[in-house]
Amino acid sequence: MTFSLFVAQATTAQPLPWYLAGALIALVLVGLLFLGRTLGISSNMRTMCTIGGAGRWFEFFNFDWKRESWNLVFLAGAMLAGVLTAVSKGFDPVPEVISPATRQALEQLGFSTDHGSLLPPEWFDLNGEGTGPRILILLVGGLLIGFGTRWAGGCTSGHAISGLSNLQLPSLIAVIGFFAGGLLLTHVLLPVIVRLL
Amino acid sequence: MKKLFIYSGYLVLGLLFGWTLIEAQVISWYRIQEMFRFQSFHMYGVIGTAVVLGASALYLIRRAEARSLTGQRIEVAPKQMSIVRYLVGGTIFGLGWALTGACPAPMFILFSSGFLSVGIVIVGALLGTLLYGALRDRLPH
Repeated sequence: MTFSLFVAQATTAQPLPWYLAGALIALVLVGLLFLGRTLGISSNMRTMCTIGGAGRWFEFFNFDWKRESWNLVFLAGAMLAGVLTAVSKGFDPVPEVISPATRQALEQLGFSTDHGSLLPPEWFDLNGEGTGPRILILLVGGLLIGFGTRWAGGCTSGHAISGLSNLQLPSLIAVIGFFAGGLLLTHVLLPVIVRLL
Repeated sequence: MKKLFIYSGYLVLGLLFGWTLIEAQVISWYRIQEMFRFQSFHMYGVIGTAVVLGASALYLIRRAEARSLTGQRIEVAPKQMSIVRYLVGGTIFGLGWALTGACPAPMFILFSSGFLSVGIVIVGALLGTLLYGALRDRLPH
């Protein structure tokens, strides 16, 4: 399909430059502030649990979710961007230019890097053999994200963007944690996980 | 009418946010690997620019004592000080972030773009949120 709602560059080899992307994210942050809100995506998952009735079992989910409905609308907007991009130009394949060093390291671990997708098929393609362990990886990864963000009280958007912009120490500690976990997984655990599969 | 206007604003800002994360390839598993291997400046540039501009804007907003469209003084609610919850909770999230290559916003955007297997990550994240709610009183904060 050639129809596109997006006038800027297509998602091809080169990404939107970092300074433009950073400026646009800051614009979103400021825009939300002027609408009386603070950017933070992960609290939506608490809202979703509440809407699903989790308040019957756990006190944490007993709150008036309607006052958080703005954030669901914001998330719906972000998801709409995904739908529109996929419809207008298709997402797969999306040839990316990633660092040759990263490419080499990932290929040594058995991940393909020349298929032009945003995600490695070795883990995210659920057709064919070895589906069980892949589902387990994705599920455990999700569990860590949900549990960790709630305990830390925010994710990349809430702590790294909103929190650091507010120059607050708790968010700096959280971001240090994000990187501690990310580095541990990438450099120590990932080679082990790949061998176990 | 005003409420409708403000809610349209949330939708449009969400759209811009999602579009930016897509076009800057922040939603790519490979870009997150690049970041955690310190082999590209891209992700640091994106987050760094957002924080520098965000902090500058907040400084000006405070100095001008600006008010939001809803009439309140614009403020980011401060987080309560603690080390354990941010450091340990943050580390747990970091493990999941590097494993799946997605933090919460990219996770939802990838799913809506047709990467349906990421739905399993979302289910896991909702279960993880539920688990936190169940264990909350027993965790140090």
